[in-house]
Amino acid sequence: MTLTPVLTAHWDEADSHTIGGYRRHGGYEQVARGFELGPDALIQMVKDSGLRGRGGAGFPTGMKWGFVPQGDGKPHYLVVNADESEPGACKDIPLMLANPHALVEGCILTSYAIRANWAFIYVRGEVPHVHRRLRAAVREAYAAGYLGRNIMGSGFDLELVVHAGAGAYICGEETALLDSLEGRRGQPRLKPPFPAVAGLYASPTVVNNVETIANVPYIVRNGAEWLTQWGTEKSPGFKLMSVSGHVRRPGVYEVALGTTMRQLLEYAGGMRHGGEPKFWLPGGSSVPMLTAEHLDLPLTYEDMAAAGTMLGTATPMVFDDTVSVVKAITRWLDFYKHESCGKCTPCREGTGWIAGTLHRFEAGQGTEAELGMLEELCAQIMGRSFCALGDAAATPFPAALTHFRSEWLAATHTPADQAFDPVAATVLAAGATR
Amino acid sequence: MTSPTPAPGTVTTPPPPGPPPEATERAPAVPADHVAASIDGVDVVVPKGTLIIRAAEQLGIEIPRFCDHPLLDPVAACRACLVEIEGQPKPQPACAVPVGDGMKVRTAQTSPMARTAQRGVLEFLLINHPLDCPVCDKGGECPLQNQAMSHGPGESRFILPKRTFPKPVALSTQVLLDRERCVSCARCTRFADEIAGDPFISLQQRGGRQIVGISDDTPFNSYFSGNTVQICPVGALTSAAYRFRSRPFDLVSVPTTCEHCASGCALRTDVRRSTVMRRLAWDDPDVNAEWNCDKGRFAFPYLQRDRLDAPLVRGAADGAGAHVAVSWPEATRTAAAALAEAGPRTVVLTGGRLTLEDAYAYAKFARVALGTDSIDFRHRATSAEEADLLRTVVAGCGLGVTYADLDVAPTVLLVGFEPEEESPIVFLRLRAAVRRGGTQVVTVAPFASPGAAKLHARVLGAAPGQEPGVLAALAQPGPDGGADRPDLSAAGSVILLGERAAQVPGLISQAVALAGSTGARLAWVPRRAGERGALEAGALPGLLPWGRPLGDPDARAQVATAWGVDPAALPTEPGLDLAGFLAAVAQDEADAAAHAAAPDAGDGAEAQLPARRVAAVVLAGVEAADAPDPEAFLAALGAVPFVLSLETRTTEVTALADVVLPVGVVTEKSGTFLDWEGRARPFGQVLRESTAITDARALALVARAMGRPLGSIEVADLRAELAGLGRWQGPRPAAAPVAAPVPPAPGPGQAVLATWRHLLDQGRLQAGEEALAGTARPAVARTSPATAAALGLVDGGPVTVAGAHGAVTLPLVVTAMVDDVVWVPGNSAGSRVGVDLRAGAGDVVRLTPAVRSDEPGGAP
Repeated sequence: MTLTPVLTAHWDEADSHTIGGYRRHGGYEQVARGFELGPDALIQMVKDSGLRGRGGAGFPTGMKWGFVPQGDGKPHYLVVNADESEPGACKDIPLMLANPHALVEGCILTSYAIRANWAFIYVRGEVPHVHRRLRAAVREAYAAGYLGRNIMGSGFDLELVVHAGAGAYICGEETALLDSLEGRRGQPRLKPPFPAVAGLYASPTVVNNVETIANVPYIVRNGAEWLTQWGTEKSPGFKLMSVSGHVRRPGVYEVALGTTMRQLLEYAGGMRHGGEPKFWLPGGSSVPMLTAEHLDLPLTYEDMAAAGTMLGTATPMVFDDTVSVVKAITRWLDFYKHESCGKCTPCREGTGWIAGTLHRFEAGQGTEAELGMLEELCAQIMGRSFCALGDAAATPFPAALTHFRSEWLAATHTPADQAFDPVAATVLAAGATR
Repeated sequence: MTSPTPAPGTVTTPPPPGPPPEATERAPAVPADHVAASIDGVDVVVPKGTLIIRAAEQLGIEIPRFCDHPLLDPVAACRACLVEIEGQPKPQPACAVPVGDGMKVRTAQTSPMARTAQRGVLEFLLINHPLDCPVCDKGGECPLQNQAMSHGPGESRFILPKRTFPKPVALSTQVLLDRERCVSCARCTRFADEIAGDPFISLQQRGGRQIVGISDDTPFNSYFSGNTVQICPVGALTSAAYRFRSRPFDLVSVPTTCEHCASGCALRTDVRRSTVMRRLAWDDPDVNAEWNCDKGRFAFPYLQRDRLDAPLVRGAADGAGAHVAVSWPEATRTAAAALAEAGPRTVVLTGGRLTLEDAYAYAKFARVALGTDSIDFRHRATSAEEADLLRTVVAGCGLGVTYADLDVAPTVLLVGFEPEEESPIVFLRLRAAVRRGGTQVVTVAPFASPGAAKLHARVLGAAPGQEPGVLAALAQPGPDGGADRPDLSAAGSVILLGERAAQVPGLISQAVALAGSTGARLAWVPRRAGERGALEAGALPGLLPWGRPLGDPDARAQVATAWGVDPAALPTEPGLDLAGFLAAVAQDEADAAAHAAAPDAGDGAEAQLPARRVAAVVLAGVEAADAPDPEAFLAALGAVPFVLSLETRTTEVTALADVVLPVGVVTEKSGTFLDWEGRARPFGQVLRESTAITDARALALVARAMGRPLGSIEVADLRAELAGLGRWQGPRPAAAPVAAPVPPAPGPGQAVLATWRHLLDQGRLQAGEEALAGTARPAVARTSPATAAALGLVDGGPVTVAGAHGAVTLPLVVTAMVDDVVWVPGNSAGSRVGVDLRAGAGDVVRLTPAVRSDEPGGAP
């Protein structure tokens, strides 16, 4: 397997983010093609391609579009989830910086397919440079006649709005995102009704990830079959994978699904000190961790699930043996505690309790009984919370205990900073390559 | 605290132990639109859409819950109600998932998954809870306490520091929040948003710091805020009125009826050692559901304030001089002597607050003991047109339009009626109907009041006096063919006529005509709790109990038989109403003045002073300030030779009385209020040890001293007598329609006065509840932008509204409303229309920009 530069093909060009740079490589030619095909054929094409959502859950994209009721007399909406906030995930933001017009063209095609005349890109508010780039791209697209009234004489109207969130992890949850977009406090909604039936402003809405939508123009250009040349039957296509942590060349790698972590590590230049990772997470902090013994598993939705974890956003975080598992898990739980929206009891109360208890272990003050309690507390959240945020918060600890039990037992008497030199894990450490 | 209303459904009992019978034999017949399922192995058939938690309630299966409330939309936030549904990998919230056909549900009773989930949630809920139950108002009646005991793990493993907050936070002067007790169930915020339409509170912050709050400049001044205290499943919300006052297990609870308005709310009154400690909304699905307004909940300190404890008579032998306390026999003898002399020249004014039984005693006392028909319960702006309406289509008609009819009415037209201010449960029911989507509310008013806005009401703008014209236009096909007009001809439509309709001549006639031409049903909604009952009791000239026309010999005979008197002894001619009383006293005074001024004829024969038309007046709980012209009313009382006042406390009226008889308040007696529907709302005696005398008993004592005993004295006997009489089945006189005069036309610098009362204002029964008063709406004047501009008035600036006899100065709120009208509240601090202006709705007043006293030089 090799790198599969599609979305990233021209990122090294100085004007890749402009409409000129995008059009130079065939950009926006798919709009007319889409109008020729018609909405139903577009939906069918995406169904046939097997494209799965790139936001983490991997839901089949064409099927999601197909859920939108047609001819219901209500306005339809496309909402692009650009609230990339998962710890470790950094693939949508570079994509929007370097190739925003693929997203805009994808929005046009998708909106046309689901018969939406309004589309929104909900981008996290902490990245103003991305927000500026997107707005500039949308401005260019309007000026070029790809957005607005009667696009290219087709009779199709589309208004595309770039909306900045205010920095809440929960607003990456699609229904909380919709509430936030409507001007409310971002908290998840009771489902059903699902967004496809009653989403934004209680109207049928498709919520898709940035990368998912950016795939669409390329599928339209090359056909559904084209995507299936990569990946597996259940995980077709290519994927932006952002590798971070103790590797020599962290960054975004566009590879076929099914690439193994070992191959990805090679692209990233290997571990900074050589050797193998102590632990790694295939898709952000919300998926169970794996160890060196899992490096040869294909990075697909199904293989990761079989290994007891999830592909998630496919943004591996890699850690070498300078890192305290206890400390890493504690940081993540601090994050979930901070980001818990407060709506449901298990997540609101459980994240704080777990984080507080983890801090005892980090300080070398935990007890063996508390390890069992932590497992139970995670079980009391997992599957009981209102949305997936609680599940995510309950995920890191159990796998960490399974793989590194002795380290947790050591944390009943030795503070993490004594067991692991905190400087050694950083770039300040002697011999660090970054 | 909440007692859920079970949806209709059927329950089958579990099969007896032993081999299960063949499935085909016991397949239950499932009615259309129903689903069959099982919960913990017990079969249940419920209507489609029934939530699992409601179905479990029908089976008596207890599922803990905090955020769930049967009258609020599901939110599934607390997760205490998780159950296992066969085929689902994760436990599901029973409060949000409807029962599906064939669904197999297992609660914590039978499912380890559900049990661990529930115990986990209850453990989580308690980790940051202060467990200050011994000092918490909710302790002893707390769903968290109870469910933690019944379903929780019992012991906590939590050893970290708990979350704490400074306490309490005042969401309003009345509702206080102890943040550390809150479990974020969002019942209060959902109530405020969904039910009351006052989303002044919301959840703020996130995660563990999430808390209920208000925005800085907008306190939780909702007329219904007290309900949030009642439905709070923990002690997070408390009322200033009850906080730290008593423990639930020290209270004796009595089901009662609210005495504040004609909505007829079921209440629960809680008493400790002969003192009312609090009142709660009680559950009556037909009337108030589980809600009430803050006036009904908090305005009860008056029950125990400034009470009269002994009868009073004038000290000096000539009947003048200061009041002195005397015995009941002496007081009743004094009253009896004076009333026996005055006889039919006595007028009885009963006010609007009596129970049905007490009002009936007055009606009977007037006819039997005094031999007069001069009795009027309406102590407010009234008209003969209104009396006609009451006699012809309201009295004796039983249960008319009901709350349930409002729930399904396609169109509801409000005439002279602001439900939120004047009958809050009508408002809540209408709001629920509007929210369900099937009902359109239309109001004839000068502007969209806050209540009308919350009903999404269509406003047909009308200045006082113009309303009959608006209704007439509704009855006529318009130039557009009527497509845009509210459709009152849709079956089930209702016209709600407020008591203020009587202030506009011709309006009631026009409303009756509109009802006739469209087929809409008409209902009369008085403001006071006792008005409908007094009407049915016959406390109106020309009307005997249950709608019997005084002029009908059969009606008189029926009443005479029930009362055990000679039919010939009953008066046959209609007596004086409130207006007639005032006119008669004025004539008496004019006669006396003329007589005093008449020059001596010189023949030694002094001209005979004609007999006074009004020789005595009997008053029951009448507040001078409620009269259309309070000053004139008090002057009239001063002119009447003998005044008997039956009161609970000293007032301006008792100060003018020759004899004052202290009577009991609602907690000291049993009785019945009839709500606006005509529905009987009986209540028991709260303070059982009270020795207070009821109005009926006091009247009976006077009547006996007059030698004309009334018979029944006890509430039960009066009830039985009323029930025995039954509703009038005979012919009714027809009402004579009144033509509407030309509406007033204000000149330059003038406007037509529009006014109604705020729910929370200077009302006498609200006295002594400062925290409640703090949530009242401020008194402001309103005019349209054009009117303000024409008169040089600025938004927010002070404006002086002047009538012939006085003026009020209020801040102006420029409002989208009809031109040439000024609206001010009727009885609020700084704006008591009757007392301060001696004017009423429809009167022309002068408007001038006021000069602030703190602005020397008077720069505008």
